[in-house]
Order: sequence, then structure tokens, then C-alpha cells
Amino acid sequence: MLKNYQLPRTVYGTEEHAMFKKTVEEYFKNHVTPHRERWEEQGYCDKETWLKAGELGLLGITCDPKYGGMGLDFSFAAMLIEEQARFGAAAPGISMHSDIVIPYLEKHGSDFIKEKYLPGCCSGELIGSLGMTEPSTGSDVQAIKTFAEDKGDHWIVNGSKTFITIGYTADFCIVACKTDKNAGARGISLIILDAGMPGFTKGKPFKKLGLKTSDTCELFFEDVKVPKENLVGEIGMGFIHMMTELPRERLTIALSAIGSVRGALEHTIEYTQERKAFKQPICAFQNTQFEIAEVATQLEYHCAFVDRCTALLAEEKLTPELASMAKYHSSDMQCKMIDACLQLFGGYGFIWEYPIARYYGDARVQRIYGGTNEIMKLMISRSIYADFFQEMKAAKKHAQKQMAAAAN
Amino acid sequence: MTKYFTEEHDSFRQSFRSFLEKEVKPNIDQWEKDGQLPRDIYKKFGEMGYFGLNRPEEYGGLDLDLWYGVIFDEEIARMNSGGFGASIGAHPMLALTHITHEGTEEQKQNYLVPGILGTKVGCLAITEPSAGSDVQSVRTTAIRDGDEYVINGSKTFITNGVLSDFLVVVCKTDPDQKAKGISLFIIDRDTPGVSATFLDKLGWRASDTGEIAFDNVRIPASNMLGAEGQGFIYIMQHFVSERLAMAVGGYAASEYAIEVTLKYMNEREAFGRKINRFQVLRHRIAQLSAEIEMVKQFCYSLYARYAKGEYLVKEASMAKLLGTQLADKTMTQCLQMFGGYGYMEEYPLARMFRDTRLGQIGGGTSEILCEIIAKAMIDGRSYK
Repeated sequence: MLKNYQLPRTVYGTEEHAMFKKTVEEYFKNHVTPHRERWEEQGYCDKETWLKAGELGLLGITCDPKYGGMGLDFSFAAMLIEEQARFGAAAPGISMHSDIVIPYLEKHGSDFIKEKYLPGCCSGELIGSLGMTEPSTGSDVQAIKTFAEDKGDHWIVNGSKTFITIGYTADFCIVACKTDKNAGARGISLIILDAGMPGFTKGKPFKKLGLKTSDTCELFFEDVKVPKENLVGEIGMGFIHMMTELPRERLTIALSAIGSVRGALEHTIEYTQERKAFKQPICAFQNTQFEIAEVATQLEYHCAFVDRCTALLAEEKLTPELASMAKYHSSDMQCKMIDACLQLFGGYGFIWEYPIARYYGDARVQRIYGGTNEIMKLMISRSIYADFFQEMKAAKKHAQKQMAAAAN
Repeated sequence: MTKYFTEEHDSFRQSFRSFLEKEVKPNIDQWEKDGQLPRDIYKKFGEMGYFGLNRPEEYGGLDLDLWYGVIFDEEIARMNSGGFGASIGAHPMLALTHITHEGTEEQKQNYLVPGILGTKVGCLAITEPSAGSDVQSVRTTAIRDGDEYVINGSKTFITNGVLSDFLVVVCKTDPDQKAKGISLFIIDRDTPGVSATFLDKLGWRASDTGEIAFDNVRIPASNMLGAEGQGFIYIMQHFVSERLAMAVGGYAASEYAIEVTLKYMNEREAFGRKINRFQVLRHRIAQLSAEIEMVKQFCYSLYARYAKGEYLVKEASMAKLLGTQLADKTMTQCLQMFGGYGYMEEYPLARMFRDTRLGQIGGGTSEILCEIIAKAMIDGRSYK
């Protein structure tokens, strides 16, 4: 089964993992792949597919069984993300819903919220999205403008969000709002807005370079009246809550990167054995052999790092910095390796019917969403120099104080 | 410094640019959606003489120097539609080139004259499902039968392959021979037995790319283009101009991408300042601009030599290799500057990114170009 050039994935080592993998593969083979073309046309996937995923226990994998979840550790969720990417399936957006939205509710939500939303989330009847980015603020989350005005027993929310993954099909959105305009990061809170609340409207799914079966849209809030109990976590703590969820979000992107490279590699190996040029299969050319060797090597290297991160996350020990490294490096690798694979398909690589063209289009956004790779580097370097910059700041303050004292 | 462009060239550029801004730019989004160009635009190009820039006056051409062709390619790149560029370029640069150089007087009257006018559109069909870079292995056969040839086989990835009026087709007249068994033919679209279907692509959406089947297509023997068995040589000769044009397309599209990106970087703010103030982003622009300028000047120097009649197989391969690689790199990095907007169709970079990817595939893959260069450098092949 496992080839000599493949790393044993001990993080997925149990019997249960093997069984789970089968379920996942069958789900994508039978309930996703056959609908792909139609979903690409409409720009989103069908609700039935979500319900099927819920039925098979693929939503809320880490969620507490008392809310309908599977109560498994994160490695199962990781496996699902990887396999989905391997199939090249952009929809349904299970990872956004199940590994980002559900944990927000489960970890920070009140009992009221958990009881109201989680069972539906786990069954697929309720789909959730997360609204952080705004037209004028992407990576710079503190600068958001959507405002929730306190009206005693409710909020009035005004503003807009953009690039919201599964925002169009979602039944609710966890929206990052300013609740205090003067408090900077401490003025941000998370509030659930249900689709259908008066004043909450959605834009049409964006036309995108890739991820064509997955919907991404704008959300508009105009005097939306939201009950107080829809607050997720503590008031003013939204930014902090978001920061604590970052390691998992970033790791999901890294997992998707290695999964899609695995899928692309498998397709490419097959193609290079079938396709002939100059009377030989193209895998007989040294250039092809070296390219494939490079892709396989890069993939296993990144698997090793990502697996370590998955294990750390399951123990809740993954730091944002390590997760940023995983996200940025895996997604960079993904784009480069899929580009190399596409090249081996020659003209067919440019034809949409061939899966490699889709892997290519889908890959590009991985370096952008979940914090651009530039932001990842910023996070990593900030942590490296944190002590030094703090000392510099203290020294400057000290010097200013002395100057002031001397002047007096 | 050598000056390549005269005042006449510059004023041609200005008028061509305003023509494109008026007649092309406003329609690009629609054409991208349609997956094809309307006939009308070919006629407009024809009326203005743009298909005859380098063609002899006796056939309606303007007989201008090749720098006009360079300007044509550079300005087309500013339309941000690889598909438009492909379709509007494949007609004069691929199909008409062969008719001009290999055609008989009668063929020129029938295809070159209306081709320059834009009333007849052509395509060049070389690639087959199982023979892309390996041109010698084409399997489409043309077998002599009295005064006719009977064509059987199929072609794929043919720009203008579905909607053109005539096809310049590479066939084996002697299936037992390799390169020496290859001949060219002109086939009219309405000849019985010719059928074609559209291909859905990653990019180049505005151009019709076709898969073509020839099922016992009978054409008069007089439709042979050039001499029998010489087809491979003709193709190789004209590859030089196609590859140079693709190198120009590479740097010109890159220049345009930098232009729109600089504009965006001057508008977009993050963390309280314009993003063109961040050092990493500034350095990326600096690096790309330096590389673009190098490729551009290399291409200009090659055109100057090409104009003197030098045969530049190795050099044109080098230019296309680096020019198209650079375009991929530029689009990737410029898209990144746009953040989430870069991935959205509403912004220009998404299309630039997917369109540019064909550069390293069409007209000889980067791998084939490296083969050619390696043979020249290592095996002493002269390609004369």
C-alpha cells in the first residue's frame, strides 16, 4: 500500500482512520464529483450534499456528541480536509463550516447558542460562515468598520463584509463587529447574524479565478436588529477569540495544500505514463523524472511538518507562528508544484476538462486567504524580534523620561 | 543607444492604441463570456489595414517594416485578453504567413487578399491529440487520388479552429516518412467531412480553440501549399516569428500588469499607509521591472537582427523561454499585490494570471525550447 517514497502518516495511524478514510473517499466519489460541472455553472453546491455529509458524520468531527458531533480528535478533521483537496473538490466548504465556524460556537458560545446552532450544524441543516474581511480591510482586521450599536436588549448592525466563503449558501454568519469604536482591537465583538434577518442581504456569488463550485460573496447589513444573546464569547473580546482560533484555521490551509498536491501528483504520474512523445512515454524523459521527483519530495517534506502541527494542535499546543509557517510554506509549495505538474500535461493542461487545470486555478487563492503569505511572514518575524523590539521601545521611553527630567 | 522606433512608428502606436481602446476594450468582457470573437472585429481590423502590416502591397498589404508588428503585439497585450490576442493574432501571424510565403498566385488571391481585408479568417492546424511538440509524428494523412487529396485525421488545440473560414493544415503525404513526409494544405471550412468542436479552457476564454476532425475530406490537388514534403521546413522557418511574437506578448503583458498594479498599490491602504510604502512590495516591483526591461531589450535586439535576415532559431527560443516564464512570474506576483481582489473576476489580475499560463505551452513548450537551445549549445546544431 504505502510506497517507498511515501512517509508513514502516523498521525492517521489507527484502524478508525483507515475506516474514516473510506467513508470520506466514497462521499466525494459518489456525492460530490458527479455534480461538479453543474455546481461550477451555478457557482455553489447543493444543500443535499451538506445533508449527506452530515448523515455520514463528516460535519462537526471534533464537536461534542451531545450536540450531534463525532467527538473525534482533530486528526480526523485533518484527514478529511486533505482527502477533499486530493479529490480537487472545492465544495462543499466543509472545512470552513466544520473546522472554523463550529469550533467558534463550541468554544466561545453560550449554552443558548450551542443548543440553538450546533445540532443543525452537525446534521448539515444549518450552514455557517465567518465574516471578518471588509472591502477596505483584509489582513488589517483591527480596522474593520462594521458597527454594532448597543440598544439595550439588542444591537443594530450596519456595515458590509466581503470574500465570505460559503456566505451565499450559509444560514448564518458569525460577524466581526466593532462594538466600541474607540477601543481598537478591544472594541471588536463576534455576533451571529441569521440569514433572513431584515436588513441582512447577500451579493451574488463572485466570479472567481478558481474554487468555482464554492460560493464566495459580499454581505450587507443595513440596520439589522440582532438579539443580545447572539453574541459569541465576551464583549470586546472578538479579536482575541479570533486570534486563538488562528492556528487551526491556518493549519487547515496547509492540509488542503498537501492534499491537493497529492491529488495533482497522482494524476500527473498516471498521465506521464500514458502520454507518448517522440515515441516514448513522457516519463522516460529525464526532465519529467526530475520534475516528478521534486514534487514527490516537496510533498513528503511538507507532510512531515504538517503532521507534526496536526499532532500539536490535537494537544492544543500549536502556536500561531508554527501554523503561519505551515500555511505560508505549504501554499507556496502547492502553487509551484501544481504549476510543474500542469506543464507536464502540455496543451491538455490548459483544457478545463483535465483536472490539473482546476487544481491550478484553485491553488492560487491559498496564498491569499486566511491571511496572505505576506502577513504570515510578518507574524513569524514579529515573534522572532519581539523581545528585541520591546527592549528598544523601553529604552526609548526611558531616554525620553530622562530627557524630560533633565529639561525640568 | 540604438533607437528602434521612429516618429512614424510612434504615431502608428498612438492611432492603433486609440483604435483598440474604442473598438476592442469595451467589448472584451462580453467576448470573454461568448468564448469567441465576432466577425465584425476582423473586418474592422481589415479595414484599417492591421492584418496587412507586413504584407506585400499588391495583395492589399502595407509592406511596412517588422517594427510595426512588434507594436501590434505590444498594444494587443494591453487589452488584457489572451484569448483576443490569440484569435486576432493567429489569423495574420500564423495562417496568412504561410499563404504569403508558400502560396501560389491563385492561393494568394483567394485567401491572402480577403485575409488582409478581414473578410476571410484563417487558422493554422499543426497539433494533434497525440502529437504536440513532436510535430514529425502527426498522423493526419493526405493521400493523392487523381486530381484530389483525401484527408483523414484530427487536430486539437487549434486557435480559430472552429470559426475560421479556411484552415492551413499539416498532413502526412507520405506516412512512411517522418519530417520529409509532411506537406501543407489549405482546406475550406465548408468542405464536406470537416467538423470541429469548442474546447473549454483554463484561460484564453475569448478565443475559440477547436478540436477538428477530417473524415474523408476531398480537396483539389491545387490546394497544396508550397512543395510536397517541405511542410516541416516551412513550419520550422515560421516558428521563429511566432516565438518572437510570444516573447513580446510575455514582456508586454508583464509591463501592463505592472502598470495596473502600481495604480492599485497607490490607492490601497493597509495598516494606515499605502501599500506601495512597504519595502517588500517595492522590491518586488523593482525586481520585476528590471527583468522585464532585460527581456524587452533582448527582443528588440533580436528583431533588429531578424530585420537584416538573420535566422535566429536558438535566440528566438531563448526569448520565448524567458519572456513567457517572466510573464507567469509577473502575473503571480502582481495578483498577490491585490490580495483577495486579485482572485476576483472583477479585477484585472485574475484573467491575466490564467491567460498567461498558456505562454509556456503553446508555440513550443518551455521544455522543447530548452531542447532546441541545448542542441545548439551542446551538440553544435546550427539550424540553418
